[in-house]
Amino acid sequence: MIEVQHLYKSFGAVEVLRDINAKFAKGKVSQIIGKSGSGKSVLAKCIIGLYKPTKGKVLYDGKSFHDMDKDEQRLLRQEIGMLFQSNALFDSLTVLENVLFPLRMFATMSEKEMRERAHFCLKRVKIENSDKKFPAEISGGMQKRVGIARAIAMNPKYLFVDEPNSGLDPQTSIVIDELIREITDEYNTTTVVITHDMNSVMGIADEIFFINDKQLMWQGTREQLLKSDNAALNEFIFAGSLMREVRKTIT
Amino acid sequence: MNLLFHIGRYFMLMGEVFSKPERLSIYWKRIVEEMDLLGVKSLGIVSLLSLFMGAVITIQTKTNIDSPLIPQYVVGFTVRQSTILEFSPTIISLILAGKVGSTIAAEIGSMRVREQIDALDIMGVNSAGYLILPKIIATALINPFLIILSMFLSIFGGWLAGTLTGIISSSNYIQGVQYDFDPYIVTYALLKTVVFAIVIATVSSYQGYYTTGGTREVGISSTKAVVYSDVVILIMNYLLTQMLLL
Repeated sequence: MIEVQHLYKSFGAVEVLRDINAKFAKGKVSQIIGKSGSGKSVLAKCIIGLYKPTKGKVLYDGKSFHDMDKDEQRLLRQEIGMLFQSNALFDSLTVLENVLFPLRMFATMSEKEMRERAHFCLKRVKIENSDKKFPAEISGGMQKRVGIARAIAMNPKYLFVDEPNSGLDPQTSIVIDELIREITDEYNTTTVVITHDMNSVMGIADEIFFINDKQLMWQGTREQLLKSDNAALNEFIFAGSLMREVRKTIT
Repeated sequence: MNLLFHIGRYFMLMGEVFSKPERLSIYWKRIVEEMDLLGVKSLGIVSLLSLFMGAVITIQTKTNIDSPLIPQYVVGFTVRQSTILEFSPTIISLILAGKVGSTIAAEIGSMRVREQIDALDIMGVNSAGYLILPKIIATALINPFLIILSMFLSIFGGWLAGTLTGIISSSNYIQGVQYDFDPYIVTYALLKTVVFAIVIATVSSYQGYYTTGGTREVGISSTKAVVYSDVVILIMNYLLTQMLLL
């Protein structure tokens, strides 16, 4: 489980996050939603340790990340898988080598076992036939899959996913969402997804965290989301015509 | 204050760079790749510059000291001294700062803006060490060879220009090249080369590593890498010359 306690983050005089408190449960898909510029990506970066919070704590199974020394942080990070919005695949490495990368860095297994593991991960995300291609030679959806394969290569305890559906068509988005759901169930990971895609939220979220005006304004389940009377939340989730239709059907 | 901030952050980054590597075998493989990218692929430009610079020094020296009181072999002597003491180690390093430094800053800067460095950090990889250390070791190892090659080619270029144009005989030129040779000047030149190589790799990596923004900022970092590497090389050149030759 990951717990965020009284987290504040400012850049100089500009406050971006104020008193965020949240718990992300093991084996669940927790989605952080909010408008562009609401601070959800900054929150994610504070949680994974790319930014140091101005105040507050991030606890990984009870241990405060920012109070750990650098070696402890690196050890913990080997248990974290992350899929970036830009995929962040290494251009000079093939698809297979990208997945092999964390294994070669940290795994204590033979080269043959590492390759077997990498091939297994690629097969798991159904992209095993593109192993010799470079990231630039495959589509955005395929790159996402490679990113997921790389993220699960080390059997992560925690999985972070930043805007998994950005730049993808609706069908591919559903495939990626389903993959995130399956991997969370299969590996029992604490999965945190940053998104503003309501289709993704309604598809796979167990717990939803709505960030607005620097604060965590609302949290709850999918069912609670549709019945919420929080004005800012409703304005955000029912901005699209599809969700407005859903609301009409419900009411 | 801004300068102090950058100096402080540079040394903190170097602390990260020289911390214990995760897997030595992977670092070794990267050093070999970097030696190819940063060193072997610079052979062409270094050779071309050295040949022509030697040729120009020969012609200029000859035209400026055309006096019966000055022996002919002075031309060869001047080419050798100026090549070994300054031209090869310093000027070629300044040229390499342009070619290699911009490559390093652009590569690392692009990785930064495309979140690839974040990906390394999140995996638990020491991104500074993984990306920068192999470049420092590679340039420190390969640049002395480039400079030795440059020395030979520059002196050869001088001989070629002198004998082909007929302004100096081959025997006079060779006599000048061999005259009063002190091997210490080669040691001095190579010591400078290693220091300059480290300056190029670290200053350029620093500029790339702390790039923020997008492709425009990568370009700015690349330019800064060349400018600051050149400035530091010139300062180090003065300090090393004072320390090693006085």
